[in-house]
Amino acid sequence: MYVALIVALIPLFSVLFEVFKRGVGVINLDFFTKPTPAVGEVGGGVANAIQGTLITIGLASLIAVPIGIVTGIFLSEYGDSKLSSIVRSFNELLNGMPSIVIGLFAYMLIATKVGFSVTAASFALALIMIPIVSRATEEALKLVPATIREAAIALGMPKWKTTMFVALRIARRAVATGVLLAVARIAGESAPVLVTMGYWKWWFAGLDRPVANLALNIFLFAKSPFENWIALAWGSALILIAMILGINVVVRLLTRERSP
Amino acid sequence: MAGQTKTAHFFDKLPHDKRRPRALITGDKAFKAFTASVASIVVLIIGLMTYYLYLGSRPSIDRFGAGFIVGTEWDPVKGAFGALPLILGTLTTSALALLIALPLSLGVALALSEYMPKKFSNVFSFLVELLAAVPSVVYGLWGLYVLIPFLREVVYPPIRSSLGFLPLFSGPIYGGGVLTASLLLAIMITPIMSAIMRDLFALTPSTLKEAAIALGATKWEAVKLMISYARSGIVAATILGLGRALGEAMAVTMVIGNKFQLLPSSLFDAWYTMAAILANEFIEATDELHISALINVGLLLLVINLIVLICARLIVWRYLKVAGGIMRE
Repeated sequence: MYVALIVALIPLFSVLFEVFKRGVGVINLDFFTKPTPAVGEVGGGVANAIQGTLITIGLASLIAVPIGIVTGIFLSEYGDSKLSSIVRSFNELLNGMPSIVIGLFAYMLIATKVGFSVTAASFALALIMIPIVSRATEEALKLVPATIREAAIALGMPKWKTTMFVALRIARRAVATGVLLAVARIAGESAPVLVTMGYWKWWFAGLDRPVANLALNIFLFAKSPFENWIALAWGSALILIAMILGINVVVRLLTRERSP
Repeated sequence: MAGQTKTAHFFDKLPHDKRRPRALITGDKAFKAFTASVASIVVLIIGLMTYYLYLGSRPSIDRFGAGFIVGTEWDPVKGAFGALPLILGTLTTSALALLIALPLSLGVALALSEYMPKKFSNVFSFLVELLAAVPSVVYGLWGLYVLIPFLREVVYPPIRSSLGFLPLFSGPIYGGGVLTASLLLAIMITPIMSAIMRDLFALTPSTLKEAAIALGATKWEAVKLMISYARSGIVAATILGLGRALGEAMAVTMVIGNKFQLLPSSLFDAWYTMAAILANEFIEATDELHISALINVGLLLLVINLIVLICARLIVWRYLKVAGGIMRE
């Protein structure tokens, strides 16, 4: 049994070790302040990709967080209606859908009209976030003690106020962790980003244009024959992993503190 | 899930409901209608997704029909497209990945839930979860520059010299290829599968094991009993892992060699998968039929995935009925 565990964990340590070893050398001030270097150019950085990733994540969250939270409220407050079991199943289907298929849908729905753009990419990433956020909200609301809701009801509060201002307020930290985990998940998504905006080596230039993206940069750089780009791929992987694993560790610490 | 929604229901059935001021009831009704309509968006999305991918596939479907699924040629210049090699590549790599990942994740789940002291198992569970959080493109990068050289220099040559009499393990070694892609997929789906199985084992009634041990069974025999008790849950976890493997694009395209052929000459040979060709060609495709054929591949992937997920769902449902709510939603 322990052998299986060790075998399964070797890749994790190897990934962390190699990414750190090969990535740490490129990390300097230029890395965070300069945009993608042209082919053959020395140096350069991923500043435009960091900007683009933040914009994409921000837009996706703007769409997904309200929808996800309200869906989660519905699932927890009206959890045994017929519709809620349907919604729960479809949520699961959406969660299991290959991200590249979600990307193709966003391409058909938006990119064919607006063009390859950050709007289309954010929409695709939002669809990945919704099931994660709604599930986290549902679980969080279910953990709110019934006595607190009963107290609110006894004071004459209607159900909707009890849910929105009492239960959701108590559950807000757990909801926030759900949102954070969803952000960590989409920060690393590259396939849906690729089919909705392609490669972009410049800065943000409007919502109807693409932006650069860290995860996608890794793919573009890794396949290239240029030493400089390959080095940048490892550097990008390092900051991406640091961010994603950082979020996971923080969430872990937060949730452990809450439930002893 | 059933037990916890009781409170929500409790308020709806309050006897005082009828005597509450009208405004409050209207507020609650509006609230329910609002949340219900937002929640329905998810249902709408899956419907629209299927419809729009069908719409995008129309030129390809009109041209090739069902022949697209059995066609073995992929030539954008001639305008001939068939997806059979991609389907075979996808199914083969995913099946191989499951073959590797199933015993591995079963072992991990048992180590975490049964054998390890709770103090350590928390830490190791978290490490396994971290493994699931690493982005697939980083696995691809690692696969390309670390795993491939390692397999090519250290692992594959002895395999070929000892098992080379089998056609599966003969032929030239490139490093990347079918086996490498399957290994990488196995690494990627093991954390997901083992996390589900771990929860499953944690939920099996302890009386089952205690009874077995009281009757003189060894720990291993008790564990075997538990595995057989949880078997349909294990099947469901495996199917979910399969779903993940089928749709993985970036990591696979970076290590499989991306060669469009009906069958590879050996497990060391390059091949292609449905998701990999999408990652590789979609952005460069300019011809309308080519784009449509790629979207058609996406539609096939969607349909295969829906079937897989629904199967997992049905098994879990049956399981829930049999075990009386042992696995929570």
